[in-house]
Amino acid sequence: MAKITVNGEQQEVKLPLNITELIKQNDVTQPDMVSVQVNDDFVDRTEWDGLQLKEGDNVDFLYFMGGGTFLFRV
Amino acid sequence: MIDFTEEQIKRYSRHILLQDVGVEGQEKIMNARVLVVGAGGLGAPVSLYLAAAGVGTIGIVDADVVDLSNLQRQVIHFTKDVGVPKVKSAKEKIEAINPDVKVDTYFEFLDSSNALDIIKEYDFIVDGTDNFPVKFLINDACVMAGKPFSHGGILRFNGQTFTHLPGTACYRCMFKEPPPAGAVPTCSQAGVLGAIAGMLGTIQAAETLKYFTGIGELLTNRLLTFDAKTMQFHTVPVKHRDTCPICGTNPTIDHLIDYEQAACDLKNH
Repeated sequence: MAKITVNGEQQEVKLPLNITELIKQNDVTQPDMVSVQVNDDFVDRTEWDGLQLKEGDNVDFLYFMGGGTFLFRV
Repeated sequence: MIDFTEEQIKRYSRHILLQDVGVEGQEKIMNARVLVVGAGGLGAPVSLYLAAAGVGTIGIVDADVVDLSNLQRQVIHFTKDVGVPKVKSAKEKIEAINPDVKVDTYFEFLDSSNALDIIKEYDFIVDGTDNFPVKFLINDACVMAGKPFSHGGILRFNGQTFTHLPGTACYRCMFKEPPPAGAVPTCSQAGVLGAIAGMLGTIQAAETLKYFTGIGELLTNRLLTFDAKTMQFHTVPVKHRDTCPICGTNPTIDHLIDYEQAACDLKNH
């Protein structure tokens, strides 16, 4: 087990674990709407499968947010 | 130096009393030129507070007319305004709050053909738009024109905002490109609690006033997000990305892009 921080909260995870798997574990329903930072560096979507997390990593999920009339066309 | 009238000294007394603002800061606010893109959920509180603060010129861009479904959160528009262009309705309220403010209205969509021309007239831009194509357009145009801006986004019970100054992280540093059209939330997942728009819009207004008065630290290189369900506020440090396609060392974007917006039809849900 390893301790990592996800969006400011500590989590215990089982290694090996890549970004795609972490996203799945955290029930992110729409991975396409998320941008990921590991230890303050952005990780391109194409590198999510290849980046193996390690003890002490700090992961931030940044979500796309539109506006108040988000996508509604009445 | 502006000669304050008795009325202005009284009107702005709560600013003038603030040591960090004072007469000098109030004068900077009164000389400020701010463009608010979108007179909706975010643009409404932003415009109201900037007007009350005495911002000299407020430009408002919006091609929509007021709809009944807007009134739940777009507090600058009243029931009598349904069917009226949002820029007209917003201008009326701003002038009613503070006749000192000059209001420029642009009853049109911001797109690649007009963005740079409109933006260049202003010192600070506030993104109060509701869709990704225009958020990327504002980002790219501001980076190209070297203008500071405030980004704002809201969804359901959440909000996010950051402030960009030339050289600090931009929207594309955080989100390289708009989400794929198929990835946007479905109608049942979207929607927003009206007061969230006020929470985020007033943060954007405060950042704008901080920018002009030089008070404190702006939300640069930081993305502020909050979840109103738990009232947890979270600030994520973000870095300017050298590989950013617009503000990086070797930018690959050299012109403004009009992205397609995926939309869902509320009537079908």
